[in-house]
Amino acid sequence: MSARRPDLPLRLRRGALVLAAVGFMALFLLLPLAVVFVEALRAGVTAYLASIRQPETLAAIRLTLLVAAIAVPLNLVFGVAAAWLMARFEFRGKALLGAFIDLPFSVSPVVAGLVYVLLFGAQGWFGPWLDAHGVRLVFAVPGLVLATVFVTLPFVARELIPLMQAQGSEEEQAARVLGASGWQMFARVTLPNIRWALLYGVLLCNARAMGEFGAVSVVSGHIRGLTTTMPLEVEMRYNEYDFAGAFAVASLLALLALLTLAVKSLLEWRYGGEIAGRARGGH
Amino acid sequence: MALELSRLSRHFTGFAALHEVSLRIAPGEFLALLGPSGSGKTTLLRILAGLDHPDSGSVSRDGEDFLAMGARERGVGLVFQHYALFRHLNVAENVAFGLRVRPRRQRPSPAEIDARVQRLLERVQLQGLGRRYPAQLSGGQRQRVALARALAVEPGLLLLDEPFGALDAQVRVGLRRWLRELHEELGLTTVFVTHDQEEALELADRVAVMNQGRIEQIGTPEAIYQKPATPFVCKFIGKANHLPLRRVQGRLDAGGWTPGDDPWQGVPARAVAYVRPEQLALDVPETAPGWTARLRHVYPAGGIAHLELAVDALAQVLEADIAAEELARCGLQPGAVLRVAPRSAAIFPLDDRTGDTVAGGRWSWSCRRHG
Repeated sequence: MSARRPDLPLRLRRGALVLAAVGFMALFLLLPLAVVFVEALRAGVTAYLASIRQPETLAAIRLTLLVAAIAVPLNLVFGVAAAWLMARFEFRGKALLGAFIDLPFSVSPVVAGLVYVLLFGAQGWFGPWLDAHGVRLVFAVPGLVLATVFVTLPFVARELIPLMQAQGSEEEQAARVLGASGWQMFARVTLPNIRWALLYGVLLCNARAMGEFGAVSVVSGHIRGLTTTMPLEVEMRYNEYDFAGAFAVASLLALLALLTLAVKSLLEWRYGGEIAGRARGGH
Repeated sequence: MALELSRLSRHFTGFAALHEVSLRIAPGEFLALLGPSGSGKTTLLRILAGLDHPDSGSVSRDGEDFLAMGARERGVGLVFQHYALFRHLNVAENVAFGLRVRPRRQRPSPAEIDARVQRLLERVQLQGLGRRYPAQLSGGQRQRVALARALAVEPGLLLLDEPFGALDAQVRVGLRRWLRELHEELGLTTVFVTHDQEEALELADRVAVMNQGRIEQIGTPEAIYQKPATPFVCKFIGKANHLPLRRVQGRLDAGGWTPGDDPWQGVPARAVAYVRPEQLALDVPETAPGWTARLRHVYPAGGIAHLELAVDALAQVLEADIAAEELARCGLQPGAVLRVAPRSAAIFPLDDRTGDTVAGGRWSWSCRRHG
């Protein structure tokens, strides 16, 4: 016997809810995304390509890739280490460490940037000492990396901690008893068990590293062609009423977002069945 | 491989998981560590596996310091309670793991590893399932994969943590017999942890009963069941009626029944007797010492029946077991009045001041003339 069809008012209400949800998404997600590309291409493909080919834009792209290429691996290593510590050991101050890992989520990025300026800037606590030793952090690439590392610090660790806690350490213990060295245990048991969560965390971390604005804006100093990343370039062009240029660079960032989404979906589609099959315990 | 455990202690914050535990494990022996949760049995197993270290004490294997050895030198196979199979590896790769992580010089060739894995899968009756993943197996199959994985490194000592704990009752009994046969075939020194007395008594050559970090008694299953050394063993193994005894006119007495002259020459004023339900005679003649009891309930349980007997002289309810056939033959109904007395009992003297049982004192009493 088939289930009874819900009566009309119920179906209407259901339809209205779905419509509201889709409408909301269209208004706040899809429309802005479309606007970015429409505005970028308003003056035509040639103008679009020309504004991207400007040396300042290319420099901003290079800088963004460079900062991400340093910050993401650093946070990958830190995230795995922190998750390991949090999921595998009991120690004094564990709750505090957990709170510290989350700090970048709760602190406004602008504040983080300001702190770095106060610490390492020319008038900052360590500024004169750094200056005397010829090290320049603020208003230079190292400052951008520092700020980005701070802002993206929780992504990998926060993806891994719940997973590693849920998986427990028994498989690792089994590996040790079977004679695996610490490194073999990590490479053959721990890493394979967390690989999807790790990849997901890295994707999110990378998206944020490339898109970060607030903290980077404070420490950058906006030196065109030297310390402007893509999001800063967007802002500067917008402030200069170069809307086409601003949207052209913005479209690249939007493309990055779409690419991240696509890779994530592809992974879930390609390996989802396998992962779910193992987790489900079916036949 | 003989293992000598000497005065092992392990303290966790607030409690002692192990307290001065000494134990000798003979080569080829099948030893059960039996006890309630928190008795230290799993801690002891983890110390032998190298996953935990004692605060004091030593373990030696044929004179060598076992605790100083790394996992590889120990040659220990461990089967976890929840198997801890590598979820991202298939069955064959799980079994091969211990061989693949060996240093290159000690590692068998890939062809030899494959051959060995196949042999092990046959041994645990899982041939043809090598390419399955752990999640695609039943509980019993997973357990056998875990066993094959532990055996792959050719251990000298096999450790099993609650090996049947997570299985259905039927699968459990089948696997238990199979494991016993496997042990007889391989002759591998095996230590397993369990809280299930039936499992321990059926499988093991010797049983160590543990309680609060100490070994209460170690011996053959018969000895543990028939001659319990401590009140804890009486209570933990099987069921036991608990009868307080007081000295009346020189003899220990419980509601008019006495076991006779005690071996302590009249010293303790109080004692406690443990009487197993099947050691209670239900057809005691009027002339023999015993109690009048009223049958309150009959709980049939397949081949046997549990009887609940109210004894006014003791102000206590006793439990008796009787074969179901016997029950039918006697035609006992609730309300029936019987005359009952212990056939045998384990009696422990109590300290006059503290009321605790006196260590080392035990009297295995039994009725000289049958009912």
